Amino acid sequence: MSAVIESDHHDHHHGPAKGLMRWVLTTNHKDIGSMYLWFSFIMFLIGGTMALIIRAELFEPGMQIVKPEFFNQMTTMHGLIMVFGAVMPAFVGLANWLIPMMVGAPDMALPRMNNWSFWILPFAFGLLLSTLFMDGGGPNFGWTFYAPLSTTYAPPSVTFFIFAVHMMGVSSIMGAINVIATILNLRAPGMTYMKMPLFVWTWLITAFLLIAVMPVLAGVVTMMLMDIHFGTSFFNAEGGGDPVLFQHVFWFFGHPEVYIMILPAFGIASAIIPTFSRKPLFGYPSMVYATASIAILSFIVWAHHMFTVGLPLAGELFFMYATMLIAVPTGVKIFNWVATMFRGSLTFETPMLFSIAFVILFTIGGFSGLMLAIAPVDFQYHDTYFVVAHFHYVLVPGAIFSIFAAAYFWLPKWTGHMYNETLGKVHFWMSFIGLNLTFFPMHFVGLAGMPRRIPDYALQFADFNQISSVGAFIFGTTQLLFLFIVIQCIRGGKKASAQVWEGADGLEWTLPSPAPYHSFAQPPVIK
Amino acid sequence: MASPQSYYVPEQSKWPIVATVGLFLTLTGLGNVLIAGQQASDTSNGWLMFTAGFGIMLYMFFGWFGTVAKESMAGLYSAQMDRSFRWGMSWFIFSEVMFFAAFFGALFYTRYLGVPWLAGEGDGAPNVLLWPEFKAAWPLMSNPNPETFPGPNATIDPWHIPLINTFLLLASSVTVTIAHHAVKKDHRTQVVIWLAATIILGAIFLGFQVHEYQVAYNELNLTLKSGIYGTTFFLLTGFHGMHVTLGAIILTVVLIRYSRGHFSSKQHFGFEAASWYWHFVDVVWLGLFFAVYVL
Repeated sequence: MSAVIESDHHDHHHGPAKGLMRWVLTTNHKDIGSMYLWFSFIMFLIGGTMALIIRAELFEPGMQIVKPEFFNQMTTMHGLIMVFGAVMPAFVGLANWLIPMMVGAPDMALPRMNNWSFWILPFAFGLLLSTLFMDGGGPNFGWTFYAPLSTTYAPPSVTFFIFAVHMMGVSSIMGAINVIATILNLRAPGMTYMKMPLFVWTWLITAFLLIAVMPVLAGVVTMMLMDIHFGTSFFNAEGGGDPVLFQHVFWFFGHPEVYIMILPAFGIASAIIPTFSRKPLFGYPSMVYATASIAILSFIVWAHHMFTVGLPLAGELFFMYATMLIAVPTGVKIFNWVATMFRGSLTFETPMLFSIAFVILFTIGGFSGLMLAIAPVDFQYHDTYFVVAHFHYVLVPGAIFSIFAAAYFWLPKWTGHMYNETLGKVHFWMSFIGLNLTFFPMHFVGLAGMPRRIPDYALQFADFNQISSVGAFIFGTTQLLFLFIVIQCIRGGKKASAQVWEGADGLEWTLPSPAPYHSFAQPPVIK
Repeated sequence: MASPQSYYVPEQSKWPIVATVGLFLTLTGLGNVLIAGQQASDTSNGWLMFTAGFGIMLYMFFGWFGTVAKESMAGLYSAQMDRSFRWGMSWFIFSEVMFFAAFFGALFYTRYLGVPWLAGEGDGAPNVLLWPEFKAAWPLMSNPNPETFPGPNATIDPWHIPLINTFLLLASSVTVTIAHHAVKKDHRTQVVIWLAATIILGAIFLGFQVHEYQVAYNELNLTLKSGIYGTTFFLLTGFHGMHVTLGAIILTVVLIRYSRGHFSSKQHFGFEAASWYWHFVDVVWLGLFFAVYVL
């Protein structure tokens, strides 16, 4: 028996296998993390191209470039790909790379399942994208796929859409189980829960949310499948069902889902802001409790997406006040980040720029969220560009900026080289300007009544839409610069030290840069 | 045994990619079958893909679990690894709970809100203009549009087969627990007897369930197409039945592995995971018995 252990022990010290099969068969958390991140970036470019098609069409009123049917497919696929293909896999990729290093573990708890979680994704999105070339086109019912648009009136390819969602769900649930098992079970001796880095904490809570709601998403698409193919009447009022039931089940998944896309971002900001302020994070315990509160509240606010469907008055009031409650823990977080920077020795490297922009712009998105939470005025805002502006302000400078920040912050640790700081700053400023040009005018056209998901609009909205479209192309093309910076950083550059950043604190910075293939063969002891 | 410091990180493995290809072919094949069926065209290509995918999945399950069993018996798994498996299984069961919660939620929503609103209760007055004849009731025997969705003639009496089924599953929970205690004491014959009893109870349950479905379809006109009552009834009991089937298969595998000496009185997580799953299936049934049949 000891022979087995010895060979196993030996295996820990050799490097990665060679060739393509290294990536297909790997059980290494860093390989899998890299694959997640690259996959996410490819999806980001595909989903972004779709967004640019939308913005090109909306540059002028009238129908110019695409047919309305195709426009609908673009809005739908843009949303699905960005949510499930870009943002979520990027955070899982970061979790894979960072959590074992941050908690002092050799790898993820269940490495083979980890690989399975990843490899499902390219197949699921291959299937989803292939629907665009099928008879009747791809999904055209919006990323929220409300019944009966997605059942009675859907193109035949909706069946493949359903199975693609099932596959994404399987992937997410297994990924989340892996994250939870790693955090609960593989922490180094002495790392108590309240000593865990906030990125680990936020991911622990995110993983819980994923396991709680991805099965509900699987449930709702299964109900659609049954309605479409087996004659059930979940969403058909003729048989005693209710299309509004779809929205309830969907948003019971959907609202925690939006926190799934933002909680890890909170963790990233909570790592970067203290580093470049050269101060410990202000109010660590309150950050943990705020994250947990946001997660718990996320289960009782779902119908604020449905104020206009005809809820009973008691429902409108309950969901309105419950939603507003979320502003309290979120405000705690914003306060803590600002207090961390207060009287710190601040420097403004690219990750810090992205993080500060995250705090400011995410707050704007949060405030427009509060406006939308007010049920009586939501009747005015519902399904307008104001909603589009709101969730793009929380997702682009929220989720996506935090992912960029994380990439710049940890790239030296991953590659062993510093990235080009000047180009990084150019990337930041171009993205910052592009995104505000794109999304800020949407508030105005939305308040003025421009409906979302429509390929044409009234002449009065033309000026703001042209600004949005110009901004979108600036933002979109800038991301190619990010690709260049990353590739340049992988191929060479100034050597990075182990700590990389002067103010960096945490177990991952005790490892050499680039981090060894197996993180901690022997767990470090935390005092 | 492995030292507590060395957490076992497996080498490269082909099983994840095999599993992915299997899952992809199964679902894409099924999608092709369903779409071809919808358009009344040839389904054979879809079935071929589905069968191939399913075969690959089976091969994967044998291979992957076989590898894990071998590693476990080689003593590669520390107590810490064991805890990872426990967390993994617990959270997997939690995800299953949430899957059922979606369907229970749909049942409660339609029953207590959707159907009464359809009949014009609350703020839903305009609905009366659509189907003025419609009356809210549960079980819903007459649907808003009886032409497209003819309602059932009768529903299943909870105090016959469903009650027997309740006792069967409760008894099976007891037998699997007795088997677990026997595993811990290494009473090998007892384990085999009580585990086999559990599987037989599960099989009888499934037999009754099939019979109940036949009665529902042939005599009561209670089908998937008989409106929201049939919809929620078959989806909830059907998914539960699939879980019982899976649970029984898992217990059978565990029984075979036990008789081959894979489990010791100290280390038998495979057995425990199967019994957790079985208890979960039981608890879901209790919820079903009350929410679907009795109330």
